[in-house]
Amino acid sequence: MKLFLGRVLLIFALLAFWEISAGTIADEFFISRPTVIAEKFAALVASGRLFYHGGITVVEMLAGFVAGAATGIAVGLLLGRNEGLARLLDPILVAINSLPKVALAPLFIMWFGIGIGMKIILTATIVFFLVFINTYNGVRNVDPELIEILRLMGARERHLIVKVIVPSALQWVFAGLQLSIPYALIGAVVGEIMAANRGLGFLLQDAAGQLDTGGVFAALLGIIGLALMLQWAVRLAERLLTPWKDVTRDREIAV
Amino acid sequence: MGDHAEIIAFEKVGRSFAQKNGELVATRDIGVRIHEGEFVTIVGPSGCGKTTMLNLVAGLLRPTTGTVTYRGVPVAAINGRTGYMTQSDHLLPWRDVASNIAVPLEIRNVARGERRRRVAELIELVGLKNFENVYPSRLSGGMRKRTALARLLAYDPETLLLDEPFAALDAQLRVRMQTELFGLSRRLKKTVLFVTHDLDEAVALGDRCLVFSERPGTIVKDVQIPLPRDRNIMELRRNPLYQRVCGELWDFIAPAIERQAQEAEKR
Repeated sequence: MKLFLGRVLLIFALLAFWEISAGTIADEFFISRPTVIAEKFAALVASGRLFYHGGITVVEMLAGFVAGAATGIAVGLLLGRNEGLARLLDPILVAINSLPKVALAPLFIMWFGIGIGMKIILTATIVFFLVFINTYNGVRNVDPELIEILRLMGARERHLIVKVIVPSALQWVFAGLQLSIPYALIGAVVGEIMAANRGLGFLLQDAAGQLDTGGVFAALLGIIGLALMLQWAVRLAERLLTPWKDVTRDREIAV
Repeated sequence: MGDHAEIIAFEKVGRSFAQKNGELVATRDIGVRIHEGEFVTIVGPSGCGKTTMLNLVAGLLRPTTGTVTYRGVPVAAINGRTGYMTQSDHLLPWRDVASNIAVPLEIRNVARGERRRRVAELIELVGLKNFENVYPSRLSGGMRKRTALARLLAYDPETLLLDEPFAALDAQLRVRMQTELFGLSRRLKKTVLFVTHDLDEAVALGDRCLVFSERPGTIVKDVQIPLPRDRNIMELRRNPLYQRVCGELWDFIAPAIERQAQEAEKR
């Protein structure tokens, strides 16, 4: 409770400082002011523009997120269980992964145009690598002794995958998913900034184009809100899908 | 034990492993016959191939030389009639006690009702009543062992391969688990190969004790333990015969352990 109060006070103080310094210390043209931003944000909400553009970004992100995560998990499982194949593909994967994925945006614009598809593919590419690497490591981390014990019980590869490898990789997958939310947003928003007429990135770029600093901040606020909502959703999914971890958390607190 | 059928036979068995600087001979020239229902303990210095011996019986490894036969047939694949338990209990953290125990039954496609009945029976057997729905992260070390033991017994393997299963437990709990394991193996007529570092444990549990030499390991002593088959593990401590056998085994194995310690120091 004390912490919460402290946080509220701190944020309030920062906003107050911002409000006062606008027009006195710094030019209001560049930094706008919290009251103006709040007004702009309220206008975005009232006119429904925030939800329209936000909705576009969410669709791009979610589609890219799902496609990237699904292929990432699948390829991670496949390579995790096939060391030979993983070794064979290693240089190619390392090369592609070393590339900052947003650098692929111009290429994707050429290939797929400036529509929603290009943002989905860009997002999917970014998410794929994060989830793939996490899943791969998760699979590789399964104790070989456990695998042998289950083999003696008569387990075949499909049993091992369903009963051991997928569940134990799941926590790694979630780590990858949590990690990829901000990156998925990067994919969608950068795609929109570069070329689009819809989405939060477009809203941001549009306000900047009109030299509307308040509008830029309002759009940024929208993006932050979206990111927080998604983080929360993944955490909720993790809690529901890995209930045994809840127990571990309780226990650690009890000790 | 002559009246019981032979179940495992090692014939001049050796096993080496490829290493960066040539070949590491883990074991050589192992020859031993083990009979149904025998509780055989295996002791020896670290790295002498005790675990290798279990892996050969389980079919996780093939011998480099010689043959390992199980019920007269050379072991050529994973040996599903054996069950393995190691120092780590390897429970699945995302399954509660009952569902951990059910794993081998699920693998063997046992029908749901039958599975439930069997799991309940096993839970009763190892004394885990009222803990069916607890996740392993909430269990104590002893309960985790019990769960692992119940899971091991669930698919009814005729031979149990135990590799220092109680090494991580504190002394008191260890004696309790020893007592239970001993009782269960007798009641269920299991053949047991039990690797341990602890000579007292080897004497307390074994009908017979195999002593390994340093690497390349081979069996240098095969002792029948002159204690009754239905002994009371808890009361052994005061048994002079038990003390004498432990002492003799110590005297026999101490020089090797001493040598190993000295070599470790030199390094």
